[in-house]
Amino acid sequence: MLTQDDIDREIAEWPEPPEPSGHPRRDYAPYRSSVLRHPKQALVAVKDPDAAELRGPVFGVTDVTALDADLTRQHAGEPLGERITVEGRITDRRGRPIRGQLVEIWQANASGRYPHQIDDHPAPHDPNFSGVGRCLTGEDGSYRFTTIKPGAYPWRNHHNAWRPAHIHFSVFGSAFTQRLVTQMYFPGDPLFPYDPVLRSVTDAAARERLIAAYDHTLSQPEWSLGYRWDIVLDGPAATWTES
Amino acid sequence: MTFPPTPSQTVGPFYGYALPFPGGGDLATGGITVHGQVFDGAGAPVPDALLEFWQAGADGSLRGAPGSLRRDPVTGAVIGRHGADFTGFGRVSTDADGHWLLRTVAPGNGYISVCVFARGLLHHLFTRIYLRPGPFTDSIERGGTLLAVPESAGVYRWDLWLQGEKETVFLEFG
Repeated sequence: MLTQDDIDREIAEWPEPPEPSGHPRRDYAPYRSSVLRHPKQALVAVKDPDAAELRGPVFGVTDVTALDADLTRQHAGEPLGERITVEGRITDRRGRPIRGQLVEIWQANASGRYPHQIDDHPAPHDPNFSGVGRCLTGEDGSYRFTTIKPGAYPWRNHHNAWRPAHIHFSVFGSAFTQRLVTQMYFPGDPLFPYDPVLRSVTDAAARERLIAAYDHTLSQPEWSLGYRWDIVLDGPAATWTES
Repeated sequence: MTFPPTPSQTVGPFYGYALPFPGGGDLATGGITVHGQVFDGAGAPVPDALLEFWQAGADGSLRGAPGSLRRDPVTGAVIGRHGADFTGFGRVSTDADGHWLLRTVAPGNGYISVCVFARGLLHHLFTRIYLRPGPFTDSIERGGTLLAVPESAGVYRWDLWLQGEKETVFLEFG
């Protein structure tokens, strides 16, 4: 049986230095599902200034509805759990805002259960919570969601494995190269040291960038607790010229 | 001044009710069909991979258009692209057999860009589908892994291997 102690040892003794970017290496065996799903050949660098990936898909007002950003209002009743808001700004590495782009989130309910067939652990579903949200960023790169704080949940990486509470984020930049799918965590979670997915980011400072900050100025009296989480997208983009 | 990027994390196994959308692989009608399977390093189909496609229009334009997830304002349901504009963006999840399918137009610049997400993949991967050999596929090792194979009129097969002897070429952009 693969125990938490075994995984802890693998995490502590992981021999590879962190990627300078802070991104996880794709071959990170403590997360067992990565073993057969990462390439072993080096990536091929594309130098073409006209590469299609330096542009990217665009989204607009027809791609979202007003209700998408409030996950607590998508059903007849209210979901159970701790109501929260999550907001922040999305920029590129030079600090320029990502404007009018699509942000998508998905998450477990307050009990740690996903409305997905393969999540069969014995925690209750919530008929008033789907856990899916979308919005477009504003002119300053800002996004905002109202939701419920997700619960931690067990998984089968090893015996007694638990994921810290997290919200999945999918973000588009101004170029396809800047595409990002990641997970936002909540401050002070006691499960952080035990989770090989979070620990796949082997640089401690980079891991901190995945953890939202509780911000009391964003909390609303008698209503919700506020978290702030800013996102910085990697990757080059073309400078757009009118043709 | 540059800011350090937010690290990637795996898409995990539970994206299926959030990211795929109806008609996600139907970029255009009357053009070409590209389909294939995603395989892992043991040669097993990957049933929980998500593929995104970004491409030029038939005329080579990379402007794209909004509306890939066009919504019904009454129900909120995705009602799909209206078809007059070419959005250039598609998204499909693999099925239980690791299979996916895209209906689109042949891109004017020769290739379809692919971004791959999967449970077990901690950081997405970029690759390309070329409909015929060209300077780029000829200039790199294993360039043949980027070539779609014609199956019948307008239908191409392109399999993606995450690891192993047939490993697909994956790309990085500096």
